[in-house]
Amino acid sequence: MQLDQLYQEIILDHYKRPHGRGLRDADDPGDQVAEAHHVNPTCGDEVTVRVATNGDVLHDISYDGMGCSISQASASVLHELLRGRGAGEAFEVHEAFVELMSGRGQVTPDEDVLGDGVAFAGVARYPARVKCALLPWMAFKDAAARAGVGVSPEVKA
Amino acid sequence: MTSIVIPAGMPQYDDVPRFDVARVRADFPILGREVNGHPLVYLDSANTSHKPRQVLDVLDEHYARHNANVSRSVHTLGTEATEAYEGARAKIAAFINAPSTDEVVFTKNSTEAINIVAYAFSNASLRPDADPRFRLGPGDEVVISEMEHHSNIVPWQLLCERTGATLRWFPVTDQGRLDESGLEDLVTERTKIVSLVHMSNILGTVNATSRITARVREVGALLLLDCSQSVPHLPIDVVDLDADYIVFTGHKMCGPTGIGVLWGRGELLAAMPPVFGGGSMIETVTMARSTFAAPPARFEAGTPPIAEAVALGAAVDYLTGIGMQAIQWHEKELTAYALDAFGSVPDLRIFGPTVPVGRGGTISFALGDVHPHDVGQVLDSLGVQVRVGHHCAKPVCSRFGVPAMTRASFYLYTTTEEIDALVAGLEQVRKVFD
Repeated sequence: MQLDQLYQEIILDHYKRPHGRGLRDADDPGDQVAEAHHVNPTCGDEVTVRVATNGDVLHDISYDGMGCSISQASASVLHELLRGRGAGEAFEVHEAFVELMSGRGQVTPDEDVLGDGVAFAGVARYPARVKCALLPWMAFKDAAARAGVGVSPEVKA
Repeated sequence: MTSIVIPAGMPQYDDVPRFDVARVRADFPILGREVNGHPLVYLDSANTSHKPRQVLDVLDEHYARHNANVSRSVHTLGTEATEAYEGARAKIAAFINAPSTDEVVFTKNSTEAINIVAYAFSNASLRPDADPRFRLGPGDEVVISEMEHHSNIVPWQLLCERTGATLRWFPVTDQGRLDESGLEDLVTERTKIVSLVHMSNILGTVNATSRITARVREVGALLLLDCSQSVPHLPIDVVDLDADYIVFTGHKMCGPTGIGVLWGRGELLAAMPPVFGGGSMIETVTMARSTFAAPPARFEAGTPPIAEAVALGAAVDYLTGIGMQAIQWHEKELTAYALDAFGSVPDLRIFGPTVPVGRGGTISFALGDVHPHDVGQVLDSLGVQVRVGHHCAKPVCSRFGVPAMTRASFYLYTTTEEIDALVAGLEQVRKVFD
């Protein structure tokens, strides 16, 4: 059934038991901390993503928000995938996730890069939900830029 | 069920006009299709309605046989197109019991119709010689409600920003009714216009307007009613409503998209300055200045949506053929059935009136804490089409403390079986997100 592709167990798990939810202060007082608040105006979903970094490593990615299972699970996966990673590496993952979501279901995801993010492959087939999945990732990109790290290519979802 | 005997001489239950829903459904080609392997269950008519074959045929016939521009050609096709376009205006005027056909202005939709009124106020406010009823400035007030669609909020916010006037609003009660308790303080001598939704697109509430109208008359303000959700579903008589303007849109009443209506009292339209300038809306033009046509042409600059207007006329014929009172009653029965059925779904919270009185067939709800997007997605997989989100009425969502709602809305072709399919679908939603 199509619905199973959209609501993979992994997505429902992240939705029901989100990882690393809640906005946090930086452990290291020397870190740059910045956040971005993004809203999906068509449905009212909201997410705030906060990045704490020394410029090289993303020490923490914390978030809060409200919205559908897809947007909230996506934030949980984002946290899990990118926290503690080097900035360059993180943006490679970011790019891969955006590519997957923009691929209308034609892109085969690399589990080594995307981890639990591969579960969102099914979401890419539902144009109305792609924005939900991308919401925290776009907020992350803005937050990271404000904290002074990396930029990945512009993407129109 | 208790049986109630209505005394002889009173209107009896069976006196209410009815129609054969199966026959009506056969007129709508789209209702025969499947969605995700299931028969289509379309419960999103408040968003847009489907179109019967009778309307689609007229649209097709217009382009195939009578296509020409209107109001400017002496040739045969031009005459036919003009007659069809003006004929549609007359049908729509009769449908809402407008005293004059010239009171019906064709617009793109309700949003444009409201904006035309707001910008006419704006333009008048810049001209000292304009009719004082339309002139706004600091100290003047515009009154709306917390129940409005964004299309009846944002144009007034912008108007108030431009003119320095103040925007005020009626609150909404916990039951989803308009809170009229502050009427005397809210609508005062400072009020220039009150613009209210007749039937809420999100709560389903049908507002009783007579008390407000009386107050509006007392203070000498104007009254606009957003009838986008009521004209398609109930008999509307503008004389009886005693409003100054009503607006509605064609695509929610079996007509095409791209065509809507601003109805205004003839004397008011005649006193309003133009909004859009261009062809068709002028009397004469020189390089230095122009004078303007009488309404409705004054407000219809440029080539209008001709085929759409003609097809809206066909939609009005179609609805009239079935009978607006019969449609209203059909939806009342569906609403009673649905409210009852929703009562059997655990964790379902209805936003808005929970009795089928003073409300139409549009019901918004929450299912536990499952996000409406997820509710809608699971329902879609079962062929059930509902709307999810803020329904262009974010203040209503805020009022009830939720970011979004799920909404089921009915029309003349909706059946109780479709409501059963929705209820069964909600059970499926609960299983996925339990």
